[in-house]
Amino acid sequence: MHSDRAPLSLKVAAGAGLLFLHLPILLIFLYAFTTEERSYQFPPPGLTLKWFAVAWDRPDIWPALRLSLAVAALATLIAMVLGTLVAAAMAQSRFFGRDQISLLILLPIALPGVITGMSLRSAFSVLDIPFSTLTIVLGHATFCIVIVYNNAVARFRRLSGGILEASADLGATGFQTFRHVLLPNLGSALLAGGMLAFALSFDEVIVTTFTAGQQQTLPIWMLEELVRPRQRPVTNVVAIVVFLATVIPILIGYSLTRHGSETAGAGK
Amino acid sequence: MPDIPAVEFTAVSRHFGAVRAVDGVDLTIAEGSFFAMLGPSGSGKTTCLRLISGFEVPTAGTIRILGQDVGRVPPNRRNVNTVFQDYALFPHLSVRDNVAYGLMVKGVDRARRLTRADEMLALVKLEGYGDRRPAQLSGGQRQRVALARALINEPRVLLLDEPLGALDLKLREAMQDELKALQHRLGITFVFVTHDQSEALSMADHLAVFNEGRIAQIGTPAEVYARPRTRFVADFVGSSNVLPPEVAARLGGPAAWASLRPEALRLAPAAGAALTGPVVATRYLGAGSRVVVRLPGTDLAALVPAGQPLPAEGETVGLTFAPADLHPMEGER
Repeated sequence: MHSDRAPLSLKVAAGAGLLFLHLPILLIFLYAFTTEERSYQFPPPGLTLKWFAVAWDRPDIWPALRLSLAVAALATLIAMVLGTLVAAAMAQSRFFGRDQISLLILLPIALPGVITGMSLRSAFSVLDIPFSTLTIVLGHATFCIVIVYNNAVARFRRLSGGILEASADLGATGFQTFRHVLLPNLGSALLAGGMLAFALSFDEVIVTTFTAGQQQTLPIWMLEELVRPRQRPVTNVVAIVVFLATVIPILIGYSLTRHGSETAGAGK
Repeated sequence: MPDIPAVEFTAVSRHFGAVRAVDGVDLTIAEGSFFAMLGPSGSGKTTCLRLISGFEVPTAGTIRILGQDVGRVPPNRRNVNTVFQDYALFPHLSVRDNVAYGLMVKGVDRARRLTRADEMLALVKLEGYGDRRPAQLSGGQRQRVALARALINEPRVLLLDEPLGALDLKLREAMQDELKALQHRLGITFVFVTHDQSEALSMADHLAVFNEGRIAQIGTPAEVYARPRTRFVADFVGSSNVLPPEVAARLGGPAAWASLRPEALRLAPAAGAALTGPVVATRYLGAGSRVVVRLPGTDLAALVPAGQPLPAEGETVGLTFAPADLHPMEGER
C-alpha cells in the first residue's frame, strides 16, 4: 500500500543515508579553506582563500589539468562518432548476432575498471604500442562509447522509424533526411551523451592508471598528492575544480534528456 | 477510363526468407480510382502498399506506376506519397514546416513553400494551425496534417496505410466522407489499406481482398459483397452464413460451398415453413438484430430489421430466402 506520509523512522533513515553520502563532499569543500595544511582536523582552526592562489601558482597542476581536458575531449569525440554509428546500426537493422553484439558493446561499462585496464595494458604491450596520451584516450573511449551509445540508441528507438521513411517518401535524399530529420531529433541525446562521457573521462582513475605512461591526469595527480603531507588544501582546491568539471556536464546532460527515456549513463 | 493504369502489378512476389508476404500478385489500379486493399493482418496488403511506395523491393515480378517500371526507382524518386499509419509527423517541426517539407527538400524557396503549405492546410481544414507542433494536435488533426504533407508534392497516386485506424468511430465516419470528397475533388488515385471491411466497402470504387499473400478477389464493393468468390472472402467481408456443400444441397443449391447473407433470410411462422429450428441466440445491433437459428447440420444467422418482432430464445421459427441469394463459391479458405 502506498501512503502519502512516510513513518518518521523511515524519514530519519533516509536523511541519515543522504547525509552519509553528501557530508564528506561538503567537508572536501570546507578543507579547501582551512589554514591547517598538514592534517584534516575538525573544526578547521581558521579559514583562508590563500590555497586558491597557491594552487594557481603550482606549476605541476597545469599540465595535469591540460592532459585531463585533452583526454576527455578526444575520448568524447571518438565516442560520439563510433557510439552514434553503432546505435544507428543496432536500432535500424536486424542482423545475425545483433543481441550478442549489443551485449558486447555494453560490456565495458559492466566490467570492473581493473579488468578493462589490465586487458588494455597487456594488449598495448603485445602490440608494442608505447604508453602515451593516445593509450589513455583509447582506454577512456572504451567506456565513453557505451555512454554515447546508450543515449543515442534510446533516442533512435523512440524516433518512430516512420519519420525517416516519411522523409524519403516526400522526396528527400539520404543526406537531406540525415540533416533535416535525424540530426535535429538526435541532437540533444548526442549532446547529453557527450557531456556524460566527458565527465566520466575527466575523473577516471583506474583505467588511466593502467594505460598511462609517465603522464599524470588531474585525478592521478590528486591521488599522489594525498599521500604527501605538503600543502594538503591545494588538493581540495583541485577537487572543487574536478567536482565542477564533472557535475556541471552531468546536470546539463540530465536536463537535456529527462523528458525522454534515455538511460543517463551511470555505473562507472 | 484512361488507358494507362495508375498502378500495375505483374506476377509480383515479396518473400522474406521462407515467408511469402506477397505471392504472385497481379493487380491493376485504374487512374483516378479509390482503391482499397482489404485483408486481415499479415495478409500482404501493407507489403503491397510498401512495394508501391518503394520501401519494399519485389523478389519477383514487375511493378509499373503510370506505365513506368519502378523496379530500380527509390522511394524519394517516385511520384507517389504516403499517409503513414502512425502519421509519422516530424516532431521537431511546426505543422507548417511539416507540410512544406516535401517542397523544402526540392529546393522551393521558403516564402513560396510556406504559402503553399498554408493552402494545403486550408484544403484539409486546418487554417491557423500552422504554428503548432504535432504534439499539440489531436489524432484527427495529425491525420489531416499527414494528408496535407503527402499532397503538397501533387502526387498522381496517394497511398494511405490504415488511415483511420487510430481514430474513434465518429471521427472515422466523418473522415471517410471527407477523404472520399477530397479524392473526388483532386481526381488522383487513392490506394488505401485497411482491415476494416465496412470501411473498404463504403469508401472504395474497387477493392482487392488479400489472404496469405495472394488476392482472393478483386471487384467493386457490391460484387465482392454479393458474390464472394471463396469461403475466405465470404467469411471476411461481412458476416455471411458459410454453408458446407451438403447443407447447400439440402437448401436447394448445387453441392458446393455457398454463402447466404443474413439479410437475405426472412423469419416466417414455423407452421408450413420448409426450414424450421429453434432460436439459439439473438444479438441487438442497433439497426437490426442478428438472430441465430439452429438447423440440422448448421446454424444460420438472419438479420431482422429494427421494428419487427423478435422471437424469444428457444422459440421455433421458420426461415425463407430467395433461391438466387444462395451463392455458390470455391471451397478455398
